[in-house]
Amino acid sequence: MSDNRKAFFGKGLPYLDISELKGKLIVIEGTDGVGRSSQIEDLKKWLEVKGYGVTTTGWRRSPLVSSTIDGAKKGHTLNVNTYSLLYAADFADRLENEIVPALRAGFIVLADRYVYTAFVRSVVRGANRRWIRKVFGFALQPDVIFYMKIKIEDLIPRVINSETLTKRYWVDQSGEGMDYWESGMDLRLGEDFYDSFIKYQKRILSEFDLLARRFNFIVVDASKSFEETNRLLKQGITAHISNG
Amino acid sequence: MQTTLSADHPYPGRLIIVEGIDGSGKSTQLQLLQKWLLNSKYRVFFTEWNSSALVKQTIKRGKKRNLLTPTTFSILHATDFADRLTHLIIPPLKAGMIVLADRYVYTAFARDVARGVHPAWVRNLYDFAVKPNIAFYFKVPIDVSLKRILNGRIDLKFHEAGMDLGWSDDPSESFKLFQTKILEEYDKISKEYNLTVIDGTLQIPEQQRLVREIVKNTLDNYQPMPYLQKKENIYVR
Repeated sequence: MSDNRKAFFGKGLPYLDISELKGKLIVIEGTDGVGRSSQIEDLKKWLEVKGYGVTTTGWRRSPLVSSTIDGAKKGHTLNVNTYSLLYAADFADRLENEIVPALRAGFIVLADRYVYTAFVRSVVRGANRRWIRKVFGFALQPDVIFYMKIKIEDLIPRVINSETLTKRYWVDQSGEGMDYWESGMDLRLGEDFYDSFIKYQKRILSEFDLLARRFNFIVVDASKSFEETNRLLKQGITAHISNG
Repeated sequence: MQTTLSADHPYPGRLIIVEGIDGSGKSTQLQLLQKWLLNSKYRVFFTEWNSSALVKQTIKRGKKRNLLTPTTFSILHATDFADRLTHLIIPPLKAGMIVLADRYVYTAFARDVARGVHPAWVRNLYDFAVKPNIAFYFKVPIDVSLKRILNGRIDLKFHEAGMDLGWSDDPSESFKLFQTKILEEYDKISKEYNLTVIDGTLQIPEQQRLVREIVKNTLDNYQPMPYLQKKENIYVR
């Protein structure tokens, strides 16, 4: 990993020096249920075996706000602005306290979702595209972005199957078979979770397609088996790491 | 529909806000204005900075454990504001009431930039805000504010004094440095957003007379909805 200048998305953090960030920031994006997390778990081990220091960071894991977000989501009291801003707070907390220090120490950071998820979800909820991109202007531009692309027909069986429904409804005691927010129920798009899920995820996927072009995502076909998608991701990461 | 800070709001109510550094006397003036409005035919709703049910506890916890960076501090306050805007400010405005706000987005523009975030970034963060009908800025020189504050309380709060910035280990010295920087930002903001400047060194009744005159003019073309009109003055007879 040679010279590797980082840059901010927009108006960055004036008080933060990013000239010495030696590590690599690798982002895996994709919609809910596409299998990002299990891929990342495997990629981390694979990179560690190769000798790289790896740290992972995931959406809504900041110690500062994750419990606030969970509580607010349960109460279903969020609107587009509070929703977008809470996620921005979560992201900023992780960026400054996890991602930047890890990059400074020369780690590879595998990010399970990044600002693009925020862009997509906020825009689908009615936020202005320019506004939300500027809100995240303090984010670092990743070194590479992999987008696990899937069509809605292939997504449905991954979300609606007996294991997932049983786990969510009985084991997690969530009171729901499908996730309220991943089904976009706050947008009142359909009569029930299923109808809403289809309409919501279609909008999410088409917004992701826009971003894929705009921000040069490397698109990985995620409708294939775990192993096949995994092979494609490893190929992409290898190519990226080896040429600097 | 999304509102924006750069355009007049479409609601039948009126939004009046006050700004100024700590010790500028803005809260006193707003409370006096509230009493006067309550004693007239108007229905009034009052809201304060940093008081939302959604994130107040998060901010408090973050401050207590010193977990906040200038950026998370800024975003959490914007979240707090967004929550109050949706639940407490817009509904009364739509219903045609007069909403009084002690501090508004300009507080964030001044404080957060003094803490180190980018001025353009924080302005964009609050772009969804409703533009006030009147935004008063109570302007006082730094030593006047310091005298008022340091006389009243010896115990300066950690973040109020900007102690998190590490500019000085002495709370009152840190407070002085931080407030001076905020004051500089307020002066820029005041021009940029055309705030209505009131000389905060004047006597309290004199300031209030000016404030009421300006409010009265703005309320000239304001007709409270019939259902908001009160039959009689109930606050003071």
